[in-house]
Amino acid sequence: MAEQALSASPAADRASRRPGRRFDLKRQPGFGAVAVTCIAVLYAPILIVVGFAFNESRSVTRWSSFSLEWFEKVLANDDIHNAAKNTLLIASCATIIATIIATAAALATTRSRAWRGQTTVYTLINLPLVVPEIVTAVATASFFGLLAVLAGISLGIGNLILTHSVFCIPFAYLPIRARLEDMDLTLEQAAADLYATPWQAFRRVTLPLLTPGISSGAALAFIISFDDFTITQLVAGAGQTTLPLYIWGQLHKVGVTPEVNAISAILLVISILFVTLSFLVGRRR
Amino acid sequence: MALAAASDHIAQVQAGAERRFLLTRQLLSGPAMIVVGVFGVLPLTIMLIYSFLVPATYGGVEWEFTFENYIGFLFQRDIFDDTLHFVPDYLQIYFRTFLLAAFTTVASLIIGFPTAYFMATRPPRQRNFWVFLITLPFWTNLLIRTYAIQLIIRDEGLVNDVLRWLGAIDQPLHILYTNFAIMLGLLYSFLPFMVLPLYTSLEKLDFRLVEAGFDLYATRGKVLRRIVIPLAKPGIIAGCILVFIPALGAYVTPLILGGGKQHMIGSLIAVQFGTSRNWPFGCALAFILMAVVLLALLVYVRSTTGKSKVVHG
Repeated sequence: MAEQALSASPAADRASRRPGRRFDLKRQPGFGAVAVTCIAVLYAPILIVVGFAFNESRSVTRWSSFSLEWFEKVLANDDIHNAAKNTLLIASCATIIATIIATAAALATTRSRAWRGQTTVYTLINLPLVVPEIVTAVATASFFGLLAVLAGISLGIGNLILTHSVFCIPFAYLPIRARLEDMDLTLEQAAADLYATPWQAFRRVTLPLLTPGISSGAALAFIISFDDFTITQLVAGAGQTTLPLYIWGQLHKVGVTPEVNAISAILLVISILFVTLSFLVGRRR
Repeated sequence: MALAAASDHIAQVQAGAERRFLLTRQLLSGPAMIVVGVFGVLPLTIMLIYSFLVPATYGGVEWEFTFENYIGFLFQRDIFDDTLHFVPDYLQIYFRTFLLAAFTTVASLIIGFPTAYFMATRPPRQRNFWVFLITLPFWTNLLIRTYAIQLIIRDEGLVNDVLRWLGAIDQPLHILYTNFAIMLGLLYSFLPFMVLPLYTSLEKLDFRLVEAGFDLYATRGKVLRRIVIPLAKPGIIAGCILVFIPALGAYVTPLILGGGKQHMIGSLIAVQFGTSRNWPFGCALAFILMAVVLLALLVYVRSTTGKSKVVHG
């Protein structure tokens, strides 16, 4: 509508003065080139890492020929198996905990008049987004250190699961909240009119409608936990290696190797798949 | 009488509903409050307490109160006569981090603005795809993306290969492990944080105002400077904050592209928990960083609430 209105009056007038080309209000010279370059530069490093994972020679920057050798080596490596198990265990548990908590919190903080304490809940949930990761890392490491010294409590890998749950909550919360805010309140009111109990109305009306938001949030939470390096590095105890920690260990001790490229490629592809899924599911009406 | 009783009853029912309303909401948000409170806020409090304690020999703390960690940020105590000497080493690292974060913010604004503008002027159906393209790299592993930058800029990397092939250089350019390398890494990591808020405010831009500018014989440059940029100001401020804050706390970037030689605040803090085994000092450094970040946020909140009152100033 707005665009039609635009092209109608003076712009069309101007277009008639300049034969051949319509005057485009929105165009700014060179901006398109910057945007395309920007996207290219964002993706080039990712493509290079993935591409050289298939390189036959040990060099990670000079191409020789196509090979799956490094992927075979990665898949046969026991250290990587263990790291993958840890990563998946932590990410799955953290995703489940964070998503349940975030769903409950989103139901509490949307679609009703404001209540006392709502701002506090909102601020607390989003706290991990504001505090720099390294500060969270240091604080959590101190906390679990103190817990071990004072009470002799160590939850093992549970430490990492709880830590990850905290910073996954806002990533699960935001899509769920967005979905709730878009949702039609009248549907639940109709359910209530038809004598549904609040629980029935939630179970049969709200939850099914909310599912895309929940899956979208869960996928994001999973990826955030799956990829975390900074906080995991400072909180992890001996033997609690995750895939990002394994990659850093290799880079630090051995240097750049094609194996690192191969694991990196696998991690990148997993992230991209999950996020694409989250994006597609979240858009569903 | 009957009327009063009825209204009394109604009031009671309403109070009951009100109590139930509050109770459900508190119960629903309870788990979030507990988990974030215990594993998010409590650790920050402990970090603050630790920053006033004495380091134990093998990591951890001795329970003895001291200001030494904050004094140690600026001064060094003479071993013999206990006098304090001003040592700007740590302050310099904070200052360098500040400069790097500021340069990164400006560079990402220069690149991000045209990109966001271009995205916002695409047909509505294409816009979502562009937003997806810009956000996708953010969700991939930061460590791997930074490692990818290292691959490209190292001495035998792609950039040097191409330059040599073009005959522009004989000797490889040493880019890796410099401030410039760190800045490239930061720019690469946080550029999406600039583009998205800019896009959001440019998408809402009323192009009738742009048209009015052209009708009054403004050039494209003038329309951009006098109409588009002022209207996109909230997005510009939000983008700058969103890039500046994580750049201040960056850890992975200096770790991989600074090679342990070019410290930023983040890597300096991590060292205290690693090889230096000085947890209290690490906590003090982290607390100072957080104070700076909160200050930046406060300035941001102030600037946005002030602005929203003046429409089209």
